[in-house]
Amino acid sequence: MSSPVAELHEDPVLRFLFGKLDISSVPWHDPIIMGAGAGMVGAAVLVLGLTTYFKLWPYVWKEWLTSVDHKKIGVMYIILALIMLLRGFADALMMRAQQALASAGGHGFLPPDHFDQIFTAHGVIMIFFVAMPFVIGLMNVIMPLQIGARDVAFPYLNSLSFWFTAAGAVLINVSLVVGEFAHTGWLAYAPLSGLQFSPGVGVDYYLWAIQISGIGTTLSGVNLIATIFKMRAPGMTLMRMPVFTWTTLAANILIVAAFPILTVTLALLGLDRYLGMHFFTNDGGGNAMMYVNLIWAWGHPEVYILVLPAFGIFSEIVATFCRKRLFGYDAMVYATMCIAILSFIVWLHHFFTMGAGANVNAFFGISTMIISIPTGVKVFNWLFTMYRGRVRLEVPMLWTMGFIITFVIGGATGVMLAIPGADFVLHNSVFLIAHFHNVIIGGVLFGCIAGLNYWFPKAFGFRLHSGIGKVSFWCWLIGFYVAFMPLYALGLMGMTRRLSHMDNPVWHVYLIVAACGALIIFAGIIAQIVQIGYSIWKRDELRDDSGDPWDGRTLEWATSSPPPFYNFAVTPAIGNHDAFWDAKQTGQAYIQPKSYEPIHMPRNTATGLLIGLASIPFGFALVWHIWWLAVVTLIGMIGLAILHTFNEDRDYYVQPDEIKAIEDARFAKLNTTTEA
Amino acid sequence: MSSTPVNPAENPVGAFKDQLKSAYDHNPNEAHDTHDHHHQDEEAKVTLGFWIYLMSDCLIFATLFATFAVLKDATAGGPNGRELFDLGFVAIETSLLLLSSLTFGLSMISMQNNKLNGVLGWLAVTGLLGLGFMGMEIYEFNHLIHEGAGPDRSAFLSAFFTLVGTHGLHVTSGLIWMGVMFVHLFRRGITPANRIRMMELSLFWHFLDIIWIGVFSIVYLMGAA
Amino acid sequence: MHIPDKPTLHPAKDPHTELADHHAVDKLNHGDAHGHDHGAGHASVKDYLIGFSLSVILTAIPFVLTMLKLMPTATLVPVILILGVIQIVVHLRYFLHMNSSSSQVWNNLAFIFTAIIVGILIIGSLWVMTHLNHNMAPGMMSGGGLG
Repeated sequence: MSSPVAELHEDPVLRFLFGKLDISSVPWHDPIIMGAGAGMVGAAVLVLGLTTYFKLWPYVWKEWLTSVDHKKIGVMYIILALIMLLRGFADALMMRAQQALASAGGHGFLPPDHFDQIFTAHGVIMIFFVAMPFVIGLMNVIMPLQIGARDVAFPYLNSLSFWFTAAGAVLINVSLVVGEFAHTGWLAYAPLSGLQFSPGVGVDYYLWAIQISGIGTTLSGVNLIATIFKMRAPGMTLMRMPVFTWTTLAANILIVAAFPILTVTLALLGLDRYLGMHFFTNDGGGNAMMYVNLIWAWGHPEVYILVLPAFGIFSEIVATFCRKRLFGYDAMVYATMCIAILSFIVWLHHFFTMGAGANVNAFFGISTMIISIPTGVKVFNWLFTMYRGRVRLEVPMLWTMGFIITFVIGGATGVMLAIPGADFVLHNSVFLIAHFHNVIIGGVLFGCIAGLNYWFPKAFGFRLHSGIGKVSFWCWLIGFYVAFMPLYALGLMGMTRRLSHMDNPVWHVYLIVAACGALIIFAGIIAQIVQIGYSIWKRDELRDDSGDPWDGRTLEWATSSPPPFYNFAVTPAIGNHDAFWDAKQTGQAYIQPKSYEPIHMPRNTATGLLIGLASIPFGFALVWHIWWLAVVTLIGMIGLAILHTFNEDRDYYVQPDEIKAIEDARFAKLNTTTEA
Repeated sequence: MSSTPVNPAENPVGAFKDQLKSAYDHNPNEAHDTHDHHHQDEEAKVTLGFWIYLMSDCLIFATLFATFAVLKDATAGGPNGRELFDLGFVAIETSLLLLSSLTFGLSMISMQNNKLNGVLGWLAVTGLLGLGFMGMEIYEFNHLIHEGAGPDRSAFLSAFFTLVGTHGLHVTSGLIWMGVMFVHLFRRGITPANRIRMMELSLFWHFLDIIWIGVFSIVYLMGAA
Repeated sequence: MHIPDKPTLHPAKDPHTELADHHAVDKLNHGDAHGHDHGAGHASVKDYLIGFSLSVILTAIPFVLTMLKLMPTATLVPVILILGVIQIVVHLRYFLHMNSSSSQVWNNLAFIFTAIIVGILIIGSLWVMTHLNHNMAPGMMSGGGLG
C-alpha cells in the first residue's frame, strides 16, 4: 500500500482544471482511511440533515454562524477543539495499538507509510486544532466578562479569526480522504519536508492548514490584546485584573510576537516547494538547520501560549474552591510576565544535539533552567492558597490538584532534559515524548477541561454533572500515568520516538501497559462525552439561576448565566481584583439598577464566515496546484474584505426597554431562587 | 433614520433608532457628548490594535532579515550582491519611497485642516510615487531573473527575492488600500471613519518606509560594501 | 483613572451616579488615552519637513560612502548600521509621531517589546547558526544528525 504520489494530468485542459488532482488521489483501497472518511462525512451529513429537518438554519445562521458575540465565538472554538480532540485521540489510540502489536515480532496493522502520517497528524491536530482553539475559546468566552467589557475590541475580526481556524481544521480533515497528510512529524523538519524527499501533497496540506489557521490566531491575538488594554471596566487597573486575564494577555502577546515567525518559516518552506527556492534544501546553498532554528524560535513560545492560560484557569479555580484570595497575586503576575519574556531565549534546547557547541548549549541550558523558577513560584502560590483553605473537591478542583502533581513531575523531567549532557542521551527518545505529554496533558489539557467544567454553567446556565465528571477525571489521571510512565522507562532504555515496528521483546510489556493507559484515557473521554450529553438532557435539574454556582470571586460571575448578549446591563466599577467577592461580602451584589442607558453593540456579519469558507478552496487549490481556483478564491477573499469596509451599518444601540425586560426577568428568577 | 414609529417586535432595529432619537432628545448635550466620545474611543482602540498588528508584521520582517543574514554568503557559486546590485538604481527607489512618506504626511495635514482636495491630491501623488517604486522593483527583479540570477539560483538569491519581495507585496497592498481609500473619500468625504482609516494607512505607509531603511542598509549597502 | 474609594460594585449599580452612564464610565477608564494626538496624523508641516530633510541626509551619507568606496568595509558596515538605526528613530519621531506622552504608553511599550524580540531573533539566530555552521557546515547534511 503506497501513498498516492500525485502526477500532473497529460491533458492540458484537465491539468488546468484539476492540477494534480485526479480520481486516484483518494485511497479507495484503504479500509481504515475509507472507514474514517465515511464516518466523518456521515457525521457531517447527519448534522446538516438534522439542522434542516428541525428547520434550525435561520437560528444557526443568525445566532451562531454570523455571530460576532465573543461568547458564541468562544463556544464555537471549544466545540471545534472537542471534535478535533476525538480525531487526534483516534490517531493516538492507533499509534499505541500499533506499537504494542509490532514490538514482539508482529507487524501490527499500520504500514510505515500510514503510521508516519498518523503521528504527524496527531501532533498537528492536538497542538493547532485542539489545544489552541480550546485555549482561545476559553479566553474568548471569559476574558471580556472578567474585565467587564461588552465584547472584544474588534468583533468582526474575531469572527474572521475563528473561521480561519475552522477552515484550517477542515483542510486537515480533507487531507485524510483526498490525497495524504505529511509524513514528516509535526514540525515538518527540512530537508525531509522539502520537495526532494516529500514530493506528495502531504506537506502542502500541512503548510496551508497551519498557515490559514495561523493567520486567524495572529488576528485573534491582536484583538484580545487591544481588548484588555482598551476595554476594561472603570477602576480595573492592571494590577486588579483577574489572573486569567493576565495570563490571557501574556499568551496573546506571545501569539503576536511568535506566530509571525511560524508564518514566515512555513512560507519559506512553501517557496522551496512551490518556486524551487533554496532556503532549506540540500543543494543551492540552502541550510536546513536554519529551518530547525526558526521553527523552534516560534515553537518554544508556543508552549507557553498554551500553558499560561491554563495556569490562569487553575489560579481562578484554586481561589474559588478554597474560598480564599489567591496567595501571592503580585508574584503570580510577575512570574507570568517573566515566563513570557524568558520563553523567547530558550529555543535552542530543542536541538542541543544539532551541534552548536558547548558555549551555545550552556547558555540555552541555563536559561531553560531559569524558566523553571517563576513556574515554581506559581506552584507554591497555588499550594499556599490551598493551605488552610476550606477546599471543596468539586470537579474543577480535582483537575487542578491532578494538574499540580502531574505538572511538577513533567517540569522535573523537563529540567533533566535542559541539561545538555543528559539531553544527548535522551534526545529523540520516548522519554521526551513522555515529558511533553506530561506537561501538555497535565498542564494544558487538564487546564482546559477544568476550565470547561468551571465555566460551563456560565456559558449555558446549567452545570455539568459532577459524578460523571469525577469518573472522567479519574480515568484521565490514572490513564495518563499508566500510558506515559512506561515511556519514561522506555526512553531511558533507549527506545527512540516514531517507531512503527521494533524487535526488542523487552519493550513489549511496557508498550502493552502504555496501550492499556491509552484505553483508560479513552474511557475518560467517553465519560466526558456522556457527561456533556447527560447534562444537556438533565439540564433542568442542573440549572443555575444565580449566575454564580461556585460562589465565585471575579466579575464573570456577577452577570446572569448565560450572560445577556450585552454582558452587563450597567458597566460595573471595580475596586479590587476579587471584585464580585467583595461586592457579595459588602452586600452590594445583586442590586437591580432603577433605569438603564442604551448600550452600544456590534451587529452580526457574514463576512468573516464567507472569507473563512473561501479560504478552504483556496488552500485546497494551492495544495493541488489548481491555480485558477486559487486566484479566484484569493480575489474573492480580498474583495469580500474590501466590501466589508463599505458596510457602514455595523453597530446599533440596544434600547433601555429591551434591557429592562431582560434584567427584570433575571432578577425575578434570582428572587425565586433565594426565597426557595 | 425612519420617521414613523416602528413596531419593536417587527423591526427592533428601526424601533431602537427611534427610541435612541427620543433618548437623545431628552438630553441633547449628553447625546452629543456620547457620540463624540464613542468616536474617540473607537479611534484609540483601532489605533492601538493596528499598532499591535504592525508590531507582528515587524516580526515577519525580522524573521526574513534573520534568514537573509544567515544565508547572505550562500551563493552556491552564483553571483553575490556586489556583482548584482546597482546602488544608483536603489538610491532612486529609496528617494521615491522617502518622498512618498513626505507627501503622505502632507495629505494627513490637509485632512487635519479638513481640505478634501488636498487629501486626495497628496494621496494621489503618494500613490504615484509608490507605483513608481513598484515599477522599479519589478524591473529589477525581471532583470535579475533574465540574467540567470533568479530566486532559484542560490540560497542568497532566494533570501534576497523573498525579503525584498515581501516588502514589495506590502507596498502593493498599501497601493490597493489607497485605491479603496479614494473611493471612501469620494463617497463620504472626511468623516470620522475615514479619518481613522487614513490614520492607519499612514501608519502602514510610514512603517513600510522604516522597513525599507533596513532593506537598503542591510541588503544593498552592506551587500555592496 | 477613576478608582472607587471602596472595593465595591455599588456605584455602577446605581444609575443616578455618574458611573451608571457607561459612556461616562468609559471616559473615566480611558481618559488617559484621549489626548488629541494619539497615533499618527496630528502633526505640523514643519515636523514632516524636518523629518524628511534628516532622512535625506541620513540616506545620502551611507549611499555616497558605499558608492564611492570611501571607507574600508570593516568600518563601513558599522557606519551603515548606525546611520540606519538613527534614521529609523527619525522616522518614528517625525513620521509616526511616537513620543513619550501618556497617551502612547502602550504603543511605546509594544514597540520596545517588539524591538527586544527582533533583537533576540536576529542576533540569536546569527549566533546559533554561526556555531552550527562552524561545527556542522562542511556537509550541511540533514538537520537532526548527532554531531
